[in-house]
Amino acid sequence: MSQEMLRIENLHVSVDGTPIIKGLNLTINRGEIHVIMGRNGAGKSTLANVVMGHPAYEITAGEIHFQGRPLDELAVFERARAGMFLSFQYPAVIPGVQVGTFLKKSVASVRDDPPKGRAFRKELNEAMSKLEMDKSFLSRYVNDGFSGGEKKRLEILQMLLLKPSLALLDETDSGLDIDALRIVSKGINEIAPEAGCLIITHYQRLLDHVKPHHVHAMIDGAIVKTGGPELALELEERGYDWLDTAA
Amino acid sequence: MSEEAIEAVGDYKYGFHDPENHTIRFDKGLSEQVVRDISELKNEPEWMTDIRVKAYRHFEARAMPDWGNCNLLESINFENVTYFLRSSNQTEKNWDDVPDDIKNTFDRLGIPEAEQKWLGGVTAQYESEAVYHSIREDLEEQGVIFLDMDTGLKTHPELVKKFFGTVVPHSDNKFSALNTAVWSGGSFIYVPKGISVEMPVQAYFRINAKNMGQFERTLIIADEGSTIHYVEGCTAPSYSTDSLHSAVVELVAMEGAKIRYSTVQNWSNNVYNLVTKRAVAHKNATVEWVDGNIGSKLTMKYPSVLLKGEGAHAEVISVAYAGEGQHQDAGAKVHHLAPNTTSNILSKSISKNGGRSSYRGMLQVMPKASGCRSKVVCDALILDENSRSDTYPTMEIGNSSADLEHEASVSKVSSDQLFYLMSRGFTEEAAMGLIVNGFFEPFTRELPMEYAVELNKLLELEMEGSIG
Repeated sequence: MSQEMLRIENLHVSVDGTPIIKGLNLTINRGEIHVIMGRNGAGKSTLANVVMGHPAYEITAGEIHFQGRPLDELAVFERARAGMFLSFQYPAVIPGVQVGTFLKKSVASVRDDPPKGRAFRKELNEAMSKLEMDKSFLSRYVNDGFSGGEKKRLEILQMLLLKPSLALLDETDSGLDIDALRIVSKGINEIAPEAGCLIITHYQRLLDHVKPHHVHAMIDGAIVKTGGPELALELEERGYDWLDTAA
Repeated sequence: MSEEAIEAVGDYKYGFHDPENHTIRFDKGLSEQVVRDISELKNEPEWMTDIRVKAYRHFEARAMPDWGNCNLLESINFENVTYFLRSSNQTEKNWDDVPDDIKNTFDRLGIPEAEQKWLGGVTAQYESEAVYHSIREDLEEQGVIFLDMDTGLKTHPELVKKFFGTVVPHSDNKFSALNTAVWSGGSFIYVPKGISVEMPVQAYFRINAKNMGQFERTLIIADEGSTIHYVEGCTAPSYSTDSLHSAVVELVAMEGAKIRYSTVQNWSNNVYNLVTKRAVAHKNATVEWVDGNIGSKLTMKYPSVLLKGEGAHAEVISVAYAGEGQHQDAGAKVHHLAPNTTSNILSKSISKNGGRSSYRGMLQVMPKASGCRSKVVCDALILDENSRSDTYPTMEIGNSSADLEHEASVSKVSSDQLFYLMSRGFTEEAAMGLIVNGFFEPFTRELPMEYAVELNKLLELEMEGSIG
């Protein structure tokens, strides 16, 4: 039987009293790649943030389970330590904190048996060369003065090092050129077999590199249609208006 | 260490104290006689006694500053301070000869270890005087003088007489007058022409007794084309009663010389830290103050540079951390007296748990000083609603050719930063610690590595248990 990573049941979420997610259901098993597509404001980013535990979002009804465990028991850092990862659409800048220091501390916080010293450096070097990242990244400050593409690469680097069992990727493909898109996809494909992946995107083009098992169309806070990779193509071609009536 | 002491220490890991053993201890309180007694005990030349007495009279006549934290200043009881305490009869050259209690203290502070690893010389002052002093032989052979100030006065009276009080006159302010009257200990350094001292030399100041007054006096002269890096650290036990630390530091950088003076001040929260630090930079000389204020109850300190010779440069990097019950009133002063002089001032402060930090700065360009450049940057980070940060910058620009930049910012830790870090496995406290260390990074990267590591640990400790 497949191993369940994420189960969302009848989820309702509000921000400042305004309902954003309205009755969403989704189950992701190990080894599955799910894609959620939808217009701006459909609630896609809210979904990623609420699963990771952002304090600004209020769950008004429904439940989220990670590996069978209700998530409301877990603080944000505990979710990370349990194996959840969010690749941010807009990663925060942490001035004065070097990427190398940050990665080392983060890996030490999250992984049960973190590599140390030489073993860590080896793993780091390997991951960085996979993502075609220069070593000079390590002495820069976290996301400080990074281009959009650099930020996304750093997110994927963290994902490779933290080895999550559930990865939420919030518009990781936005603003990437074709090379960066290929590199980022490589990172996703590397962790995908052992994890559950939820990719939030506007575009079909990422799916030239990453093969999803399920594609979901999200409209007004709920999933209105689910299909295979062909649905992504259809959504890109036809837009979402044809689904509005279905919702 | 007694249980009572342990309790008082709290989170401040340097708050332990030794039994108060001493060979000479003056009664509390200040008078002209006390001033004369200190001078006589030290067997000083008459000119020094005269300066002390003059300074004492000035101190008596001089009003308290009417700025800074007036309430706290007024609450200082000068009659409840011990002005001189000798804990060891001589300054030793070997740690094994230092009395056990005192040696243990410095061991715990890591001084002998640091000396072996990366320092060119060490002075350890305990209460009023140096108990240990040593300099690497190769430096001594090059003619570098590094002594405690009392010994400096004895062995090089002509040099001391020539420079003492020339950078900070006793009449500069009430506390420079007090220091000049009762000074004891501190460092005396002379670096000969063209000599570059590669390893930093360090002075460590420790107050152990209750209600102690420590008044060290430091004079550093870097002769033409020489360089020196001086590092100082300071700690004290945590007591419920106050202690007073009031130092005067004078630096003279001759033509083409470079002095860097780094401080990590970590007094316990019962110490008033009222210090006057000033440098004169002659032609093409550079003076750098790297000034960290983490501890104390009230600090008032504004490292200054007089850019006296053409092409001289001043660099002041200061950080202040104001936690519960602390007021850090710190900053920098730079006076451009000569043409084509340049300066950079970077000040960063953090206020937390009701702490208060103030930046007080002065930038002056004299009419004859053409072609000067200066950049001033002040950043404040406020960690909660109860804390406070103020900025009091003053600029007096007498020459229109000056090229000046001034930037100031006040920020809070954003919830996006916290969420981002927590999503990477950091607890809220660890996330705060990381953000705070990052904020101070422009300062810590200027410190010797050992100090930087220690400071980062210290700040992380300050962030613990602080989030409700």
